[in-house]
Amino acid sequence: MTTTDLQLRALAATRWRVALTLTAVMVIVYFGFVALIAFDKPLLALHLTPGLTLGIVLGVLVIVASWLLTWVYVRWANTRYDPELHRLRK
Amino acid sequence: MLALLFQVAQAPQAPATQIGEPNRVAMAFFFLFIATTLGITYWAARRTRTTEHFYAAGRTIGPRQNGFALAGDYMSAASFLGIAGLVSTSGFDGLIYSTGWLVGWPVVLFLIAEPLRNLGRYTFADVVATRLQQAPVRLAAALGTLATVTLYLIAQMVGAGGLIKLMFGIRYEVAIAIVGVAMIAYVLFGGMIATTWVQIVKAVLLLSGAAVLAVLVLAQFGMNPARLFAAAAAKFGDGVLAPGKLVSKPLDTISLGLALMFGTAGLPHILMRFYTVPDAVAARRSVFWATGLIGAFYLMTFVLGFGAMVLVGPDVIKGVEPGGNMAAPLLAEHLGGTPFLGFIAAVAFATILAVVAGLTLSGAAALSHDLWVSVVRKGHASPEEQLKVARIATVLLGIVAVLLGISFQGQNVAFMVGLAFAIAASANFPALVLSMFWRRCSTAGAVASMLTGTVSTLLLIYLSPTVQVDILKHGAAWFPLKNPALVTIPLSFAVGVLVSLAFPEPQAAKDYAYVERRMVLGAVEE
Repeated sequence: MTTTDLQLRALAATRWRVALTLTAVMVIVYFGFVALIAFDKPLLALHLTPGLTLGIVLGVLVIVASWLLTWVYVRWANTRYDPELHRLRK
Repeated sequence: MLALLFQVAQAPQAPATQIGEPNRVAMAFFFLFIATTLGITYWAARRTRTTEHFYAAGRTIGPRQNGFALAGDYMSAASFLGIAGLVSTSGFDGLIYSTGWLVGWPVVLFLIAEPLRNLGRYTFADVVATRLQQAPVRLAAALGTLATVTLYLIAQMVGAGGLIKLMFGIRYEVAIAIVGVAMIAYVLFGGMIATTWVQIVKAVLLLSGAAVLAVLVLAQFGMNPARLFAAAAAKFGDGVLAPGKLVSKPLDTISLGLALMFGTAGLPHILMRFYTVPDAVAARRSVFWATGLIGAFYLMTFVLGFGAMVLVGPDVIKGVEPGGNMAAPLLAEHLGGTPFLGFIAAVAFATILAVVAGLTLSGAAALSHDLWVSVVRKGHASPEEQLKVARIATVLLGIVAVLLGISFQGQNVAFMVGLAFAIAASANFPALVLSMFWRRCSTAGAVASMLTGTVSTLLLIYLSPTVQVDILKHGAAWFPLKNPALVTIPLSFAVGVLVSLAFPEPQAAKDYAYVERRMVLGAVEE
């Protein structure tokens, strides 16, 4: 196994670590929301301001979190992963 | 208050809606859509000469185009009409779908999109079969794909027939036949190139239609969503802004959430889209676009649903169609009159048409690429034969879809989309993950996992309250959950792992180094 092969393997391992971490965050965010729906309905019914319950705000935040996490991953992949892969390919 | 009473008193005699009447504007928009998409199909047909074109659009679709196409494939009538209807009649509970249908996308991005693009050619079975034995893996994967696609198709076709009947005033069978013929034309002649552009046109129409509708709603509330929600609470009680009776059983809610989140990562027609872009970087960027577009759309469903609740009212909505599906069209009529109703009705039709085209193409790929070429002909089929079989499979599936649509007329099929997600999450997703990330995954393990996922999901759905109580009218169900994903996803993973350990495959474990390398580098080096 050459040095490049080892470096490729290390790069792949790094990508999996990032991917799995971000997946775990997404799962925690979403199932945290679902668990609140399932087990603590009164909390989600709290009004933060007239019309905005905690449930609605958290629902919007789940969508915003999905956007943020995809942005974090794409940014990491574009600025760190791709240049390194490009370098190893040569 | 007086005005309200007056309206309520008048409603039964003269429903103030044009829904159900033949609508000239809807017809005009609809024919414009059909003419445009058939024009695209004609253009695409001349570019569809090989299986690479037919299944993967020659891998020439750009990331932003594919992002729109993914959004078009994914945002079905269930999400547009269904969620708006659910929110307008049940309030907050409908939002569980709005969020659940989005959170699968980051998972697709992190775990699936890039390795899938690097490992496969046309179907997700390519990925599972990379280092395993072709025939058994492809058979099991095709079964999972066809089960997912068929259930999804039934839900879309029956929904289409009912909607078109309601919105255009034409017969159910005629409506189904129109959808079937148009969809077969796109896929048969234009393959993936035409299907992709139909999705893009549809996504732009749906997103802009929903955006205009949302802005018109918000304009009535000083552009402040909180005032809209407050108006809903003032009219129908604080309960509509918090979890309610649709989510009374905690485990049901969690199980549904699992199916929605991991089902997305196992939907064959979505996975197939990643092969239409040139490389893994483009696949990554297309999911970024798709997540942005789909998230924006689901945020708008919050406004559309509560807007319909406040401005149209749950009783009127249920009076037109008991399932609540007409909430968005009724809202459009309330805000923009008959012409806007016509536009939204045509958008809903285009939505269904595009989704069934994508489903049919992925089903045809499973039948021809996985079953015929890899299993029956053991990989020895000429390119001409492959293309011909793919086209025969398209026509067959199209006919089956029309027949299923007609035979399920009048049935409650809303649960079938959830079921399709449950099968995708239990049959396709675990096998995909195990084969890509676990060295010791063997043919026996992958096949057992896929079969377990398909069969256990179908069986548990049959034994669930949805079928036993709601449809068969039995007093109780054997299995307590409405959606089986909470049981079937862990079961498929466990079966896949245990069977792989019981029946190891030393060659496949050895070949994992090749899979690992190719997941990173793609097929460039061969």
